[in-house]
Amino acid sequence: MSPKIMTPEPPILSVKSLSVALPAGADRPFAIHDISLDLRPAEILCVVGESGSGKSILSSTMMGALPRGLAIQSGDLTLSDKALGDIDLTALSERAWRTIRGRRIAMIPQEPMAALNPSAKVGRQIEEVFAIHGRLTPKTRPAEALRLIKEMHLPDPERIAASYPHQLSGGQCQRICIAMALALSPDVLIADEPTTALDVTSQAQVLKLICELRDIHRQAVLFITHDLGVVADIADRIAVMEKGRLVEVGTAEQILKHPRQPYTQALIAAVPSFEPKPRAPVPNAKPGHCLEVDGLSKTYGRTRALKPANLTVERATTLAVVGESGSGKSTLARLLVRLIEPSDGTAVVNGHDLARLRGTALRQARRRIQMIFQDPFGSLNPRRSVGGTIARAAELAGCTRQEAEARAKALLERVGLSASAYARRPAAFSGGQRQRVGIARALAMRPDVLIADESVSALDVSVQAQVLTLLRELQMELGLTIVFITHDLRVAAQISDRVAVMRSGEIVELADTASIILDPQHPYTRALIAAAPGRGAI
Amino acid sequence: MKHFRRPTILIGAGLVGVWVLVALFAPLLAPFDPLKSLTPLASPGAPAPGGGTFWLGTDLLGRDILSRLIYGARPVVALSTLATLTAYTVGVSAGLLAGYYGRWIDTGLSFLANVILSFPVLVLYIVVIVALGPSPINVVIAVTFASAPAVFRIVRTIAADLKQRDFIAAAVIQGESAWRILFIEILPNATGPLTVDFCLRLGYTTIIIGALGFLGLGLPPPAPDWGGMVNEGRALAFAFPHLVIFPCLAISSLVLGLSLLADGLNEARDAQARGS
Repeated sequence: MSPKIMTPEPPILSVKSLSVALPAGADRPFAIHDISLDLRPAEILCVVGESGSGKSILSSTMMGALPRGLAIQSGDLTLSDKALGDIDLTALSERAWRTIRGRRIAMIPQEPMAALNPSAKVGRQIEEVFAIHGRLTPKTRPAEALRLIKEMHLPDPERIAASYPHQLSGGQCQRICIAMALALSPDVLIADEPTTALDVTSQAQVLKLICELRDIHRQAVLFITHDLGVVADIADRIAVMEKGRLVEVGTAEQILKHPRQPYTQALIAAVPSFEPKPRAPVPNAKPGHCLEVDGLSKTYGRTRALKPANLTVERATTLAVVGESGSGKSTLARLLVRLIEPSDGTAVVNGHDLARLRGTALRQARRRIQMIFQDPFGSLNPRRSVGGTIARAAELAGCTRQEAEARAKALLERVGLSASAYARRPAAFSGGQRQRVGIARALAMRPDVLIADESVSALDVSVQAQVLTLLRELQMELGLTIVFITHDLRVAAQISDRVAVMRSGEIVELADTASIILDPQHPYTRALIAAAPGRGAI
Repeated sequence: MKHFRRPTILIGAGLVGVWVLVALFAPLLAPFDPLKSLTPLASPGAPAPGGGTFWLGTDLLGRDILSRLIYGARPVVALSTLATLTAYTVGVSAGLLAGYYGRWIDTGLSFLANVILSFPVLVLYIVVIVALGPSPINVVIAVTFASAPAVFRIVRTIAADLKQRDFIAAAVIQGESAWRILFIEILPNATGPLTVDFCLRLGYTTIIIGALGFLGLGLPPPAPDWGGMVNEGRALAFAFPHLVIFPCLAISSLVLGLSLLADGLNEARDAQARGS
């Protein structure tokens, strides 16, 4: 997608053996250690790494905005300047930094909604960038802000300029943030996970915009991300980080096609492929439907969160429900487990209509359908030991206290944690480990159906791959029926037998995984597949 | 635990601890019978007729002030603890119900709490005590009535926030009963802010019991009561300041101790949350 640079220009921003120390008592001595990187004009350099790799610390160092308690230990950070020669950024005072930030080095935030002032019109917020740096006059600023909004390809620029952030979508807000970053024509643009909070379709648009703006303004872009698909779409060069160290730097071609370091190879291998995997049927599964949903709907006042939905899931198979935010996929999940009351319709699990039961009958039928949640941090009671949490689920399923404890220990081992983890609180575990505890808790009730609501989207790709494998193994062993809610078509392609695509509270297409991916019928399904990052490359 | 070894906590716990011990061992510590008339209006340090010393002097009726302070610690410590506990029982239960269930339960209970909170606190106490008559039990009822709404509001907010978390959703899906969700899943996650508030509220209650005593609405005489002692000494306070100063110091030292304890616990919790 991006033009290759033939003659390497001198770097605009140069990092040489940069180290930032962590305070004593952290799990490693350095946040980043001995990083050397050159950022050249008009190139997009992607920094890739999993959580805790130090990629965000690298970006805040380059903005002179390290979190309190962290400081540059050693190394150089040099910004080249036509007029002033080289500027040593490590030696700048806070006052001097203010002449650099925004003017020379600008940033695109991760959460555009949170980065904008909720009580000011976005046009004004762009004007303010000029005002702070003493550019233009109060009379000319609105016109310039409007010009920038137009350049971002936002529809109806006058209306957008007069809108408050909450009146815009996430993608539109992000484009406003990009306009603010570009307002003073900086030489370097730092984008820290700028599309992570966006839906795939708006992500695709924002990525395209960033490439296009780079072609026009020739600024250098340092693009931080965990998503190799995004990297494949936009990177000229790629830097891979792990645990604060630079693993490998090279052109996009080199890194993606011929990675040399084992870590890079593992990272690329962990990215779910778009090709649907042939799936062996679960041995000895009883044929028939395990879950039948008929006309299930939810209305809030006049808003239809879920239009009447019909679907059936065969026993011991996986149905993936794919959709963007606001598509109603989480509403469907919560209706299935009866966390919210359905407005109409039935949801029958192995002959029990969960949508109709009340009181004790409902409490007893509930264990047939269990859920794994999205946020591994919010889904476990912080004041309970993880073993206690799992054992309690087993007790509710009818075990005695001793049986429950034994089952909890066995399950902890089954999901890849040790039985000695029983007494520890959730705070002692990583995100991926907590998600395993969540799976063990759901399994402790011996459910027929498992609903996984975005259960791997908060995890790093390598951890995500492990959790997906675990779920598949458990399905083979226990004959589980799984409904897997996700925004990620790649993940859906890997783990499901059938896929339901949702949009605006409606199931627009429901078919075998292979036909959805290879022969999508509905225009929206096609748009989703087209927008998925890194389709060709990985 | 290192966060809890800070001076505010140690001094606060020390002051409170001393008064609790004094209340427990009052008969062993008091040099004289707190109800017996000996020498009227003796100055602090004056010798007693039957041997010994009036360390803090005597009051208008000749009773030893130190002994009355020591015995007076008992009703203060016992009543403020009991009254705060009952206020907590009512406030926590109502707060959990309102926060978790929301809807009309929340609307109703919040309205009631706001009505009670809209009256000046002291007026509320006076109305309750005058209506029911002064007695230890009625002091407890009055404090519960006036303090429970404040506790209710704290718990309601915490419960309303926690019920959005997925671990509560998980408990619901597992078929956990409502009371277990309220008291086993939600309440333990609220103990931090509640402990701090409990210490503060013990302090307020101590002040209120003192004020009620001062207004003649506390314990019926001649029982030793710190607030009552200030009231009795009020007319002669300029000539004999010891009548008023020592009971006032007793009240403020206990309240100060509780406030320091609350402050310290709060700081310690913050430090712990920051993980430093």
